[in-house]
Amino acid sequence: MRKPYEIIDHTADIGLHVYGADAAELFSNAASALTDVITDHRGVVAAESLNLSVTGLDWPDLMVNWLRELLYLWSGKDLLVASVEIEQVSEQKIVAVASVEPFRSERHRIHNEIKAVTYHQIDVSESLTGWEAKIILDV
Amino acid sequence: MELRKIDRYHWEVPKTGRMHVPGMVYATAAMLKESDQKEPLQQVANVATLPGILKASLAMPDMHWGYGFPIGGVAAFDWHTGVVSPGGVGYDINCGVRLASTHLTEKEVRPHLENLVNTLFQNIPTGVGARGPLKLSNQEELQVLREGSRWALRHGYASDEDVQHTEDGGCLPEADPQLLSDRAMERGKKQLGTLGSGNHFLEVGVVDTVFDPSVAGVFGLSEGQITVMLHCGSRGLGYQVCDDFLARMNKQIHQLGIDLPDRQLVCAPIESETGQAYLHAMACAANYAWANRQVLLHRAREVFQRVFDIGPRDLGMRLIYDVCHNIAKKEDHLVEGRQRAVCVHRKGATRAFAPGHPAVCETYRLVGQPVIIPGDMGRASYVLVGTAKAMEETFGSTCHGAGRRLSRKAAKRASKGRAIHRELADKGILVRWTGRGTLAEEMPEAYKDVSEVVDVVHGAGISRKVARLRPMCVIKG
Repeated sequence: MRKPYEIIDHTADIGLHVYGADAAELFSNAASALTDVITDHRGVVAAESLNLSVTGLDWPDLMVNWLRELLYLWSGKDLLVASVEIEQVSEQKIVAVASVEPFRSERHRIHNEIKAVTYHQIDVSESLTGWEAKIILDV
Repeated sequence: MELRKIDRYHWEVPKTGRMHVPGMVYATAAMLKESDQKEPLQQVANVATLPGILKASLAMPDMHWGYGFPIGGVAAFDWHTGVVSPGGVGYDINCGVRLASTHLTEKEVRPHLENLVNTLFQNIPTGVGARGPLKLSNQEELQVLREGSRWALRHGYASDEDVQHTEDGGCLPEADPQLLSDRAMERGKKQLGTLGSGNHFLEVGVVDTVFDPSVAGVFGLSEGQITVMLHCGSRGLGYQVCDDFLARMNKQIHQLGIDLPDRQLVCAPIESETGQAYLHAMACAANYAWANRQVLLHRAREVFQRVFDIGPRDLGMRLIYDVCHNIAKKEDHLVEGRQRAVCVHRKGATRAFAPGHPAVCETYRLVGQPVIIPGDMGRASYVLVGTAKAMEETFGSTCHGAGRRLSRKAAKRASKGRAIHRELADKGILVRWTGRGTLAEEMPEAYKDVSEVVDVVHGAGISRKVARLRPMCVIKG
């Protein structure tokens, strides 16, 4: 089975290469990849759930806005994302439920401070083998 | 990409395709041969396609691959016909550096270095998402955003001289906090007085070499003197402002009929409602960053007084200057023989105004603006001075630092099995840090040699070397 995502090298930043059988899986895997850059995702449990609804102009914009929303849960609300369940996804809108755990310094080790999710070289595409996305995070 | 050599330090990216102006890169032939130069050169060309760009899309010798704009990029746009781009400023709005001198000497500090670095580390919040001891109320946060360093002055964290010795007096008066999102306001409440992570640091150093004794004298620098350098910015508040406006401009860009080579270059006409809103929101983040660096300097003063058991007068920790290296500003420059109002974007570039410029504080106006260039933690940092040539060629701008050479991952690989802190300690440099990967990612060889970068701007004449500093101890996030 193909890996759900890879973390790629970029001089001043961190890149994510994410795969999925369909758009829902792609967006769900992108959420896991983001958590993995912030902390070790295996150490995050589902303590609370939150409803999310994000819009975009097209697939790349939707992906950036989706990850922006998830990043804000961490940077603005101190919540780490354990997993997400995608309820509905189209090119302009994604509706999902995120399972999150409030950050506790004795439980979670933070690996990277992500400044932002960038549009730099953003790519979301569908091919015969499935969906792929490339996203660069500014750290 | 084709490059045309003008002279040893000037390389032109010829105007082709949709470029409105050529690119101009300050570098040596050896620097341009490095494998990582292809992408930033493309970015220099991309910036040249934006509406209203004047003269050239410029890149300093510490140029490297950014998002949208290259890091080390300078671009000026006509105030009436040009655009402003949040990507031309960067996420960390008013990331900058300040340098303070002291009355202490290396001889006096060396025996207490361990105690000093430990006390600094205990008293200055560092690391990912670090919280400051100041939790701001909504009212206080609004004041910080409007007043910058002046807020710090009113609250006893600054002296009058500190404020005068800060670029723009530590306050952009056009700041309008009403334009900030709730998210930006929320993130700003808890991070004032924190250093952050990544390449941000506080470093105690010593003046190792003075190149220009008369200018160094005016700056108040002499060999053997202990200095304190701080590098940080506007923290989460600044990132959020940038992100909010990238999203907002991205929604509007199609109506403007601007065809962008890269979405991260998204922009708005300077005089449009969105363009003005960005500049006034950016000013809030810039003011926050100045207040932040001022509070941190205050903490450093307290630590030094305690460790050396001396009063403020004997310590004499005096702010030499504070520069921002991620900013967009309205300035007047001579373009094609006439004075024009322009919006200068400096992204990983430092203002370097010439002697006599009215924006340079009185203390230094006769010699020119001090420019602070931090290097990596194992080698050196520099103090330069602005020149008339910078006014002519680069809209009064120069380089900002060493620039990364290795990606974070590659740096971690290169450091495997090594104890970077011990290697540094063997050279007499003590380091304290928070994040697990920070030290490896930030080790000296992850960066280009700052001396080579500085030699280019000095050789090209867009700033001049005044003094070199050598690190003694560093705290990092």
